[in-house]
Amino acid sequence: MSSEPTNKRTWPLYEVFVRGKRGLNHVHVGSLHAADDEMALHNARDVYTRRNEGVSIWVVRADLITASSPDEKDPFFAPSADKVYRHPTFYAIPDEVPHL
Amino acid sequence: MAEETEALEAQFDATVAADRRIEPRDWMPEGYRRTLIRQIAQHAHSEIIGMQPEGNWILRAPSLRRKAILLAKVQDEAGHGMYLYAAAETLGVDREDLTERLIDSRQKYSSIFNYPALSYADIGVIGWLVDGAAICNQVPLCRCSYGPYARAMIRICKEESFHQRQGYELLLAMVNGTDAQREMVQESVNRWWWPSLMMFGPPDGDSPNTQQSMAWGIKRHTNDELRQRFVDMSVPQAAALGITLPDPDLRWNAERGAHDHGEPDWAEFKAVISGSGPAHAQRIAHRRRAHENGAWVREAAQAYADKQAARVAGKGAAA
Repeated sequence: MSSEPTNKRTWPLYEVFVRGKRGLNHVHVGSLHAADDEMALHNARDVYTRRNEGVSIWVVRADLITASSPDEKDPFFAPSADKVYRHPTFYAIPDEVPHL
Repeated sequence: MAEETEALEAQFDATVAADRRIEPRDWMPEGYRRTLIRQIAQHAHSEIIGMQPEGNWILRAPSLRRKAILLAKVQDEAGHGMYLYAAAETLGVDREDLTERLIDSRQKYSSIFNYPALSYADIGVIGWLVDGAAICNQVPLCRCSYGPYARAMIRICKEESFHQRQGYELLLAMVNGTDAQREMVQESVNRWWWPSLMMFGPPDGDSPNTQQSMAWGIKRHTNDELRQRFVDMSVPQAAALGITLPDPDLRWNAERGAHDHGEPDWAEFKAVISGSGPAHAQRIAHRRRAHENGAWVREAAQAYADKQAARVAGKGAAA
Protein backbone atom coordinates (compact mmCIF):
# COMPACT_ATOMS: atom_id res chain seq x y z
CA MET A 1 0.00 0.00 0.00
CA SER A 2 2.72 2.49 0.93
CA SER A 3 3.82 3.82 -2.42
CA GLU A 4 6.62 6.11 -1.18
CA PRO A 5 9.29 6.82 -3.79
CA THR A 6 12.43 4.76 -3.40
CA ASN A 7 14.60 7.84 -2.91
CA LYS A 8 12.61 8.67 0.21
CA ARG A 9 14.68 10.62 2.70
CA THR A 10 13.34 11.56 6.09
CA TRP A 11 13.77 15.12 7.23
CA PRO A 12 16.63 15.56 9.70
CA LEU A 13 16.09 15.76 13.44
CA TYR A 14 16.48 19.13 15.15
CA GLU A 15 16.85 19.82 18.86
CA VAL A 16 14.88 22.82 20.12
CA PHE A 17 15.94 25.31 22.81
CA VAL A 18 13.62 28.02 24.10
CA ARG A 19 14.32 31.17 26.13
CA GLY A 20 11.29 31.41 28.40
CA LYS A 21 11.70 35.12 29.05
CA ARG A 22 14.34 37.80 28.91
CA GLY A 23 17.06 37.19 31.46
CA LEU A 24 16.88 33.40 31.29
CA ASN A 25 19.04 30.93 29.37
CA HIS A 26 17.72 28.96 26.44
CA VAL A 27 16.60 25.54 27.70
CA HIS A 28 16.24 22.33 25.75
CA VAL A 29 12.53 21.51 25.31
CA GLY A 30 12.44 18.66 22.79
CA SER A 31 13.04 17.85 19.16
CA LEU A 32 11.30 17.82 15.79
CA HIS A 33 11.89 17.06 12.13
CA ALA A 34 12.14 19.68 9.39
CA ALA A 35 13.48 19.91 5.85
CA ASP A 36 15.67 22.93 6.65
CA ASP A 37 16.66 25.34 9.40
CA GLU A 38 13.95 27.87 8.67
CA MET A 39 11.20 25.27 8.68
CA ALA A 40 12.61 23.87 11.93
CA LEU A 41 12.24 27.32 13.50
CA HIS A 42 8.62 27.64 12.34
CA ASN A 43 7.74 24.13 13.46
CA ALA A 44 9.39 24.78 16.82
CA ARG A 45 7.23 27.86 17.29
CA ASP A 46 4.07 25.87 16.53
CA VAL A 47 4.97 22.80 18.58
CA TYR A 48 6.73 24.31 21.60
CA THR A 49 5.41 27.86 22.08
CA ARG A 50 1.64 27.77 21.65
CA ARG A 51 1.12 29.50 25.01
CA ASN A 52 3.76 32.23 25.20
CA GLU A 53 6.39 29.82 26.48
CA GLY A 54 9.18 31.65 24.74
CA VAL A 55 10.66 34.91 23.49
CA SER A 56 13.48 33.30 21.51
CA ILE A 57 14.10 29.89 19.93
CA TRP A 58 17.27 28.10 18.88
CA VAL A 59 17.15 25.04 16.65
CA VAL A 60 20.18 22.93 15.85
CA ARG A 61 20.51 19.75 13.85
CA ALA A 62 20.86 16.87 16.28
CA ASP A 63 23.74 15.35 14.30
CA LEU A 64 25.79 18.53 14.81
CA ILE A 65 25.73 18.24 18.61
CA THR A 66 28.79 16.79 20.30
CA ALA A 67 27.93 15.26 23.66
CA SER A 68 29.86 13.65 26.48
CA SER A 69 29.36 9.92 26.65
CA PRO A 70 27.50 8.44 29.61
CA ASP A 71 29.88 5.46 29.58
CA GLU A 72 32.86 7.59 30.62
CA LYS A 73 30.80 9.59 33.09
CA ASP A 74 33.03 8.99 36.09
CA PRO A 75 36.47 9.64 34.60
CA PHE A 76 35.16 12.54 32.48
CA PHE A 77 33.80 14.48 35.41
CA ALA A 78 36.33 13.28 37.96
CA PRO A 79 38.56 16.40 37.73
CA SER A 80 35.76 18.53 39.19
CA ALA A 81 35.03 16.14 42.05
CA ASP A 82 38.50 16.09 43.67
CA LYS A 83 39.08 19.84 43.90
CA VAL A 84 37.18 20.74 47.02
CA TYR A 85 39.26 23.93 47.37
CA ARG A 86 37.21 25.36 44.49
CA HIS A 87 34.25 25.72 46.84
CA PRO A 88 34.01 28.65 49.27
CA THR A 89 33.06 26.29 52.10
CA PHE A 90 36.57 24.78 51.94
CA TYR A 91 38.00 27.82 53.76
CA ALA A 92 37.55 28.18 57.51
CA ILE A 93 37.07 31.83 58.44
CA PRO A 94 36.27 33.00 62.00
CA ASP A 95 32.55 33.74 62.43
CA GLU A 96 33.15 37.27 63.68
CA VAL A 97 34.76 38.42 60.43
CA PRO A 98 31.96 40.22 58.54
CA HIS A 99 30.97 40.17 54.86
CA LEU A 100 33.10 37.17 53.88
CA MET B 1 31.06 -9.37 29.33
CA ALA B 2 28.30 -10.82 31.51
CA GLU B 3 29.93 -9.12 34.48
CA GLU B 4 29.87 -5.81 32.66
CA THR B 5 26.14 -6.18 31.91
CA GLU B 6 25.51 -7.05 35.53
CA ALA B 7 27.28 -3.88 36.65
CA LEU B 8 25.26 -1.79 34.20
CA GLU B 9 22.06 -3.45 35.31
CA ALA B 10 22.89 -2.80 38.96
CA GLN B 11 23.52 0.85 38.14
CA PHE B 12 20.20 1.06 36.28
CA ASP B 13 18.31 -0.59 39.16
CA ALA B 14 19.95 1.76 41.67
CA THR B 15 18.97 4.81 39.61
CA VAL B 16 15.35 3.68 39.39
CA ALA B 17 15.25 2.69 43.08
CA ALA B 18 16.57 6.13 44.09
CA ASP B 19 13.74 7.68 42.02
CA ARG B 20 16.24 9.35 39.71
CA ARG B 21 15.65 9.52 35.96
CA ILE B 22 17.00 7.33 33.19
CA GLU B 23 18.21 9.44 30.26
CA PRO B 24 18.43 8.47 26.57
CA ARG B 25 22.09 7.50 26.38
CA ASP B 26 22.12 5.52 29.64
CA TRP B 27 22.28 1.75 29.51
CA MET B 28 18.82 0.21 30.01
CA PRO B 29 17.44 -3.34 29.88
CA GLU B 30 16.04 -4.27 26.47
CA GLY B 31 12.64 -5.01 28.01
CA TYR B 32 12.52 -1.51 29.53
CA ARG B 33 13.32 0.05 26.17
CA ARG B 34 10.76 -2.12 24.37
CA THR B 35 8.03 -1.42 26.91
CA LEU B 36 8.65 2.32 26.71
CA ILE B 37 8.70 2.37 22.91
CA ARG B 38 5.41 0.46 22.81
CA GLN B 39 3.77 2.66 25.44
CA ILE B 40 5.02 6.03 24.18
CA ALA B 41 4.23 5.18 20.54
CA GLN B 42 0.77 3.99 21.47
CA HIS B 43 0.30 7.18 23.46
CA ALA B 44 1.50 9.34 20.54
CA HIS B 45 -0.77 7.51 18.10
CA SER B 46 -3.71 8.10 20.47
CA GLU B 47 -3.09 11.84 20.41
CA ILE B 48 -2.90 11.88 16.61
CA ILE B 49 -5.95 9.66 16.07
CA GLY B 50 -7.70 11.60 18.85
CA MET B 51 -7.84 14.64 16.59
CA GLN B 52 -10.39 12.94 14.35
CA PRO B 53 -13.57 12.60 16.46
CA GLU B 54 -13.34 16.26 17.46
CA GLY B 55 -11.90 17.65 14.24
CA ASN B 56 -15.05 16.43 12.59
CA TRP B 57 -17.03 18.97 14.66
CA ILE B 58 -14.94 22.10 14.04
CA LEU B 59 -17.06 23.22 11.09
CA ARG B 60 -20.27 22.46 12.98
CA ALA B 61 -19.39 24.22 16.24
CA PRO B 62 -22.30 26.53 17.08
CA SER B 63 -20.37 29.79 17.55
CA LEU B 64 -17.07 31.41 16.66
CA ARG B 65 -16.03 31.12 20.31
CA ARG B 66 -16.65 27.35 20.39
CA LYS B 67 -15.00 26.94 17.00
CA ALA B 68 -11.84 28.76 18.10
CA ILE B 69 -11.68 26.70 21.30
CA LEU B 70 -12.13 23.40 19.48
CA LEU B 71 -9.55 24.35 16.88
CA ALA B 72 -7.02 25.18 19.61
CA LYS B 73 -7.77 21.90 21.37
CA VAL B 74 -7.32 19.79 18.25
CA GLN B 75 -4.07 21.64 17.52
CA ASP B 76 -2.93 20.76 21.04
CA GLU B 77 -3.61 17.07 20.37
CA ALA B 78 -1.31 17.28 17.34
CA GLY B 79 1.29 18.99 19.52
CA HIS B 80 1.00 16.27 22.18
CA GLY B 81 1.55 13.66 19.50
CA MET B 82 4.69 15.53 18.43
CA TYR B 83 6.10 15.74 21.99
CA LEU B 84 5.55 12.01 22.39
CA TYR B 85 7.02 10.98 19.04
CA ALA B 86 10.05 13.09 19.96
CA ALA B 87 10.32 11.22 23.29
CA ALA B 88 9.97 7.85 21.51
CA GLU B 89 12.75 8.77 19.09
CA THR B 90 15.21 9.20 21.97
CA LEU B 91 14.88 5.41 22.42
CA GLY B 92 16.25 4.78 18.95
CA VAL B 93 13.11 4.40 16.85
CA ASP B 94 12.33 6.38 13.73
CA ARG B 95 9.26 8.62 13.62
CA GLU B 96 8.48 7.74 10.01
CA ASP B 97 8.55 4.08 10.96
CA LEU B 98 6.13 4.66 13.86
CA THR B 99 3.67 6.36 11.48
CA GLU B 100 3.94 3.37 9.13
CA ARG B 101 3.26 1.00 12.00
CA LEU B 102 0.15 2.97 12.93
CA ILE B 103 -1.33 3.06 9.45
CA ASP B 104 -0.51 -0.61 8.90
CA SER B 105 -2.35 -1.35 12.18
CA ARG B 106 0.78 -2.93 13.65
CA GLN B 107 0.64 -0.60 16.66
CA LYS B 108 -2.41 0.29 18.68
CA TYR B 109 -3.94 3.48 20.01
CA SER B 110 -6.40 4.07 22.83
CA SER B 111 -9.64 2.12 22.45
CA ILE B 112 -11.63 5.28 23.23
CA PHE B 113 -11.06 6.78 19.77
CA ASN B 114 -12.82 3.88 18.09
CA TYR B 115 -16.12 5.29 19.34
CA PRO B 116 -17.73 7.92 17.09
CA ALA B 117 -18.63 11.47 18.22
CA LEU B 118 -22.31 11.54 17.26
CA SER B 119 -23.62 14.80 18.70
CA TYR B 120 -22.23 18.16 19.71
CA ALA B 121 -22.72 17.19 23.36
CA ASP B 122 -20.05 14.55 22.71
CA ILE B 123 -17.51 17.36 22.34
CA GLY B 124 -18.25 18.45 25.91
CA VAL B 125 -18.32 14.89 27.24
CA ILE B 126 -15.04 14.00 25.52
CA GLY B 127 -13.42 17.00 27.22
CA TRP B 128 -14.94 16.21 30.60
CA LEU B 129 -14.72 12.39 30.77
CA VAL B 130 -12.21 11.30 28.14
CA ASP B 131 -9.69 14.06 28.84
CA GLY B 132 -10.46 13.72 32.55
CA ALA B 133 -9.58 10.02 32.43
CA ALA B 134 -6.49 10.84 30.38
CA ILE B 135 -5.40 13.34 33.06
CA CYS B 136 -5.81 10.68 35.80
CA ASN B 137 -3.59 8.37 33.75
CA GLN B 138 -1.08 11.02 32.81
CA VAL B 139 -0.39 12.95 36.00
CA PRO B 140 1.54 10.01 37.55
CA LEU B 141 3.48 9.65 34.27
CA CYS B 142 5.05 13.06 34.97
CA ARG B 143 7.16 11.09 37.50
CA CYS B 144 7.95 8.26 35.10
CA SER B 145 11.51 6.93 35.43
CA TYR B 146 12.32 7.74 31.79
CA GLY B 147 13.29 11.43 31.62
CA PRO B 148 12.11 12.40 28.12
CA TYR B 149 8.70 10.74 28.63
CA ALA B 150 8.23 12.39 32.02
CA ARG B 151 9.15 15.80 30.60
CA ALA B 152 6.74 15.40 27.68
CA MET B 153 4.00 14.44 30.13
CA ILE B 154 4.57 17.57 32.21
CA ARG B 155 3.96 19.74 29.14
CA ILE B 156 0.93 17.67 28.15
CA CYS B 157 -0.69 17.73 31.59
CA LYS B 158 -0.46 21.51 31.74
CA GLU B 159 -2.39 21.72 28.48
CA GLU B 160 -4.92 18.96 29.24
CA SER B 161 -6.38 21.02 32.03
CA PHE B 162 -7.74 23.49 29.45
CA HIS B 163 -9.20 20.55 27.52
CA GLN B 164 -11.13 19.22 30.45
CA ARG B 165 -12.39 22.59 31.62
CA GLN B 166 -13.60 23.70 28.19
CA GLY B 167 -15.56 20.44 27.93
CA TYR B 168 -17.15 20.82 31.33
CA GLU B 169 -18.02 24.46 30.66
CA LEU B 170 -19.64 23.45 27.36
CA LEU B 171 -21.78 20.90 29.24
CA LEU B 172 -22.71 23.48 31.89
CA ALA B 173 -24.00 25.72 29.11
CA MET B 174 -26.04 22.85 27.66
CA VAL B 175 -27.56 21.64 30.94
CA ASN B 176 -28.60 25.21 31.65
CA GLY B 177 -30.30 25.33 28.26
CA THR B 178 -33.42 23.53 27.03
CA ASP B 179 -34.77 20.09 27.95
CA ALA B 180 -33.63 18.83 24.56
CA GLN B 181 -30.08 20.00 25.31
CA ARG B 182 -30.10 18.34 28.74
CA GLU B 183 -31.26 15.11 27.11
CA MET B 184 -28.44 15.37 24.59
CA VAL B 185 -25.92 15.62 27.42
CA GLN B 186 -27.42 12.66 29.29
CA GLU B 187 -27.53 10.55 26.14
CA SER B 188 -23.91 11.38 25.41
CA VAL B 189 -22.77 10.56 28.96
CA ASN B 190 -24.62 7.23 28.70
CA ARG B 191 -22.50 6.34 25.66
CA TRP B 192 -19.13 7.62 26.91
CA TRP B 193 -19.10 6.62 30.60
CA TRP B 194 -18.15 2.96 30.15
CA PRO B 195 -15.61 3.51 27.36
CA SER B 196 -14.01 6.18 29.62
CA LEU B 197 -13.64 3.63 32.44
CA MET B 198 -12.01 1.26 29.94
CA MET B 199 -9.30 3.85 29.26
CA PHE B 200 -7.52 2.69 32.43
CA GLY B 201 -6.94 -0.72 30.86
CA PRO B 202 -7.94 -4.21 32.01
CA PRO B 203 -8.56 -4.99 35.68
CA ASP B 204 -5.39 -5.56 37.75
CA GLY B 205 -5.88 -9.33 37.79
CA ASP B 206 -5.77 -9.34 34.00
CA SER B 207 -2.95 -6.85 33.42
CA PRO B 208 0.24 -8.93 33.06
CA ASN B 209 2.58 -5.97 32.38
CA THR B 210 1.59 -3.84 35.37
CA GLN B 211 3.93 -5.36 37.97
CA GLN B 212 7.00 -5.09 35.75
CA SER B 213 6.12 -1.54 34.67
CA MET B 214 5.71 -0.53 38.30
CA ALA B 215 9.04 -2.13 39.25
CA TRP B 216 10.66 -0.09 36.46
CA GLY B 217 9.05 3.12 37.65
CA ILE B 218 7.17 3.55 34.36
CA LYS B 219 3.81 3.11 36.05
CA ARG B 220 3.10 4.47 39.51
CA HIS B 221 -0.42 3.13 40.18
CA THR B 222 -2.37 0.10 39.03
CA ASN B 223 -5.21 0.34 36.50
CA ASP B 224 -7.86 -0.24 39.15
CA GLU B 225 -6.41 2.40 41.48
CA LEU B 226 -6.55 5.01 38.75
CA ARG B 227 -10.03 3.93 37.67
CA GLN B 228 -11.25 4.29 41.26
CA ARG B 229 -9.74 7.77 41.49
CA PHE B 230 -11.51 8.77 38.28
CA VAL B 231 -14.90 7.45 39.46
CA ASP B 232 -14.57 9.28 42.78
CA MET B 233 -13.69 12.53 40.99
CA SER B 234 -16.48 12.22 38.43
CA VAL B 235 -19.40 11.60 40.80
CA PRO B 236 -19.62 15.13 42.26
CA GLN B 237 -18.91 16.62 38.81
CA ALA B 238 -21.87 14.70 37.37
CA ALA B 239 -24.04 15.81 40.29
CA ALA B 240 -23.16 19.46 39.60
CA LEU B 241 -24.35 18.97 36.03
CA GLY B 242 -27.52 17.22 37.19
CA ILE B 243 -26.51 14.21 35.09
CA THR B 244 -26.88 10.54 36.05
CA LEU B 245 -23.92 8.21 35.48
CA PRO B 246 -25.28 5.05 33.80
CA ASP B 247 -24.14 2.55 36.44
CA PRO B 248 -26.83 0.99 38.69
CA ASP B 249 -24.11 -0.35 41.03
CA LEU B 250 -22.56 3.07 41.64
CA ARG B 251 -22.82 4.03 45.31
CA TRP B 252 -20.72 5.52 48.10
CA ASN B 253 -19.03 2.97 50.32
CA ALA B 254 -18.36 4.70 53.63
CA GLU B 255 -16.21 1.84 54.86
CA ARG B 256 -13.79 2.11 51.94
CA GLY B 257 -14.17 5.87 51.68
CA ALA B 258 -14.70 5.37 47.93
CA HIS B 259 -17.44 4.61 45.43
CA ASP B 260 -18.35 1.06 44.55
CA HIS B 261 -18.98 0.77 40.84
CA GLY B 262 -19.87 -1.78 38.17
CA GLU B 263 -17.42 -3.43 35.79
CA PRO B 264 -17.12 -2.27 32.19
CA ASP B 265 -17.84 -4.87 29.52
CA TRP B 266 -14.32 -6.28 29.16
CA ALA B 267 -15.26 -8.43 26.17
CA GLU B 268 -16.20 -5.23 24.36
CA PHE B 269 -12.91 -3.62 25.46
CA LYS B 270 -10.88 -6.50 24.03
CA ALA B 271 -12.81 -6.41 20.77
CA VAL B 272 -12.47 -2.63 20.40
CA ILE B 273 -8.77 -2.46 21.22
CA SER B 274 -8.03 -5.12 18.62
CA GLY B 275 -9.72 -3.07 15.95
CA SER B 276 -13.38 -4.04 15.79
CA GLY B 277 -14.65 -0.74 17.20
CA PRO B 278 -17.26 1.05 15.12
CA ALA B 279 -14.81 3.64 13.85
CA HIS B 280 -11.46 1.81 13.69
CA ALA B 281 -11.29 1.23 9.93
CA GLN B 282 -12.40 4.80 9.29
CA ARG B 283 -9.80 6.27 11.69
CA ILE B 284 -6.93 4.34 10.13
CA ALA B 285 -8.05 5.02 6.57
CA HIS B 286 -8.28 8.74 7.35
CA ARG B 287 -4.81 8.79 8.89
CA ARG B 288 -3.37 6.90 5.94
CA ARG B 289 -5.03 9.28 3.47
CA ALA B 290 -3.68 12.32 5.31
CA HIS B 291 -0.19 10.81 5.34
CA GLU B 292 -0.23 9.86 1.66
CA ASN B 293 -1.82 13.12 0.53
CA GLY B 294 0.93 14.96 2.37
CA ALA B 295 3.73 13.11 0.58
CA TRP B 296 4.11 15.79 -2.12
CA VAL B 297 4.45 18.50 0.55
CA ARG B 298 7.24 16.58 2.27
CA GLU B 299 8.97 16.00 -1.08
CA ALA B 300 8.59 19.63 -2.17
CA ALA B 301 10.01 20.92 1.11
CA GLN B 302 12.94 18.55 0.74
CA ALA B 303 13.55 19.65 -2.87
CA TYR B 304 13.47 23.31 -1.78
CA ALA B 305 15.90 22.60 1.07
CA ASP B 306 18.24 20.78 -1.32
CA LYS B 307 18.11 23.68 -3.81
CA GLN B 308 18.85 26.26 -1.10
CA ALA B 309 21.72 24.16 0.22
CA ALA B 310 23.16 23.80 -3.30
CA ARG B 311 22.90 27.55 -3.82
CA VAL B 312 24.78 28.25 -0.60
CA ALA B 313 27.43 25.66 -1.50
CA GLY B 314 27.80 27.20 -4.97
CA LYS B 315 28.36 30.68 -3.49
CA GLY B 316 30.94 29.27 -1.10
CA ALA B 317 32.85 27.70 -4.00
CA ALA B 318 32.82 30.93 -6.05
CA ALA B 319 34.10 33.10 -3.23
